[in-house]
Amino acid sequence: MTGRTGHAGNGRPRGLAIAAFLAVLAMPARAQPVPEAAPLPVSRPADPENGRRIVMDRRKGLCLLCHSGPFPEMRFQGDLAPSLAGAGSRWTPAQLRARLIDSRLFNGETIMPPYFRAEGQTRMARAFAGRTILTAEEIEDVTAFLATLRE
Amino acid sequence: MTRRAALALALGCLLLGPAPADEIHASQRLSGYDMMGAEAQAMQRDDFANPAMLAVKEGEGLWNAVPGQGRPSCQSCHGNAAASMKGVAARYPAREASTGRVLDLPGQIQTCQSERQGIAPAARESAALLALEAFLAMQSRGAPLASPRARGLDDAVSRGEALYRQRFGQLDLSCAQCHSQNWGRSLGGTRIPQAHPTGYPLFRMEWQAIGSLQRRFRNCMTGIRAEPFPPGAAEWIDLEIYLKERAAGMAMDAPAVRP
Ligand code: HEC
Ligand code: HEC
Ligand code: HEC
Repeated sequence: MTGRTGHAGNGRPRGLAIAAFLAVLAMPARAQPVPEAAPLPVSRPADPENGRRIVMDRRKGLCLLCHSGPFPEMRFQGDLAPSLAGAGSRWTPAQLRARLIDSRLFNGETIMPPYFRAEGQTRMARAFAGRTILTAEEIEDVTAFLATLRE
Repeated sequence: MTRRAALALALGCLLLGPAPADEIHASQRLSGYDMMGAEAQAMQRDDFANPAMLAVKEGEGLWNAVPGQGRPSCQSCHGNAAASMKGVAARYPAREASTGRVLDLPGQIQTCQSERQGIAPAARESAALLALEAFLAMQSRGAPLASPRARGLDDAVSRGEALYRQRFGQLDLSCAQCHSQNWGRSLGGTRIPQAHPTGYPLFRMEWQAIGSLQRRFRNCMTGIRAEPFPPGAAEWIDLEIYLKERAAGMAMDAPAVRP
């Protein structure tokens, strides 16, 4: 993250991500830095409105399968994860982006899917092989949207 | 105790390991029936409302039918299923005595079709095979699921547990993360069950049809965007054996209804 990890999209090896993850684990508890990621190279400016649509889309973002949040129009929301309300106050955009790219950097046991990692999964469905859940543009859109969720 | 024996014991403990922290205590086990809504429960309790009972009826017909001239029916060898097949489904998958291979119930039916009736076995998920499965499962209604370990299937239990704990697919999730660590919670409005295989084959409202345990597994695999194993694969049977060990002692409620 911030130039330390490798993920699908920037072509650097996944080994670096694991090394970075282990480095984070090895830090003494007090000094543990929160993982961060620099903006991904994208072809257009981030669109937070589209980010909101992705978060609510049960087939694309999948977020509300696990999370709840300030989405009064969504009848069914999940309770497997904290509410997204106020996420933009608790985390910086760089931290939100890092969590979306690969939430395992925060918690190795997490159930939150890695949204911008196309390698390392076992038995990827053929239709999704080699593909990330979201594109770089979509990661930037969702990051921009989450940053607007302030308390 | 010698030092070597102590070391061996310590190593043994390490290898066996402690019970996983997410293991569901026997007193906390809930079947899919226990966890579903009152409406679906009522539908399952009433044999006239339970659509899976149609398959049972069809299966009874197939049990008695002569599959071709000069070929024996299931009934001609096995007699009255209410007696000969009582409790049989509750102890499947099982090891076939003559060959040593492990068969699940549909696999056993297919084997009798090809080797004893001399006909082409019905395909997995075909209406005919599901009907025979449902008819046999009916003869085990209320019977406790038998422990696969107790009949020497330890290796399959371990392989099945490894699969259960393996993350799969683009979403990188394991069965255990949903069914052992987050059961009872709402996945976008759907309550996550504990995944006890007590009711198969069963009528699932989402399918609007009766389906097998492997079809259910396939649904969960494609849900996490993983490539499912092929029908009848050894991996599915290992998974079934692990889930049945985990559910050993729970009463069968097949042919069930699920949302
Ligand atoms: C399969 C479940 C699941 C899905 C799907 C999921 N998350 Fe999460 N998410 C979690 C869990 C669980 C946590 C809590 C931290 C952890 O365990 O990693 C979390 C944590 C977070 C956090 C930090 C929350 C806080 O303030 O502490 C954010 C932000 C977040 N997720 C955003 C998203 C977004 C945006 C999506 C969709 C693009 C998403 N998540 C999809 C399970 C999920
Ligand atoms: C993302 C969470 C999730 C994962 C991962 C998952 N499942 Fe499921 N599973 C569910 C949900 C939700 C249902 C219930 C669906 C419904 O009621 O419509 C279910 C249902 C089941 C059932 C049916 C239980 C019954 O009462 O009939 C079985 C068995 C099962 N899953 C096994 C598995 C296996 C084996 C795996 C791993 C290969 C797996 N699941 C992975 C969420 C999950
Ligand atoms: C020609 C006689 C014959 C016919 C016809 C036949 N079977 Fe069998 N079946 C057997 C024998 C013998 C065994 C025991 C095999 C063994 O344990 O090695 C058996 C075993 C079984 C078992 C396992 C019983 C147990 O206690 O584990 C089931 C279930 C079964 N058959 C179902 C069927 C069905 C369903 C049909 C019709 C589609 C059928 N069989 C037709 C001879 C027959």
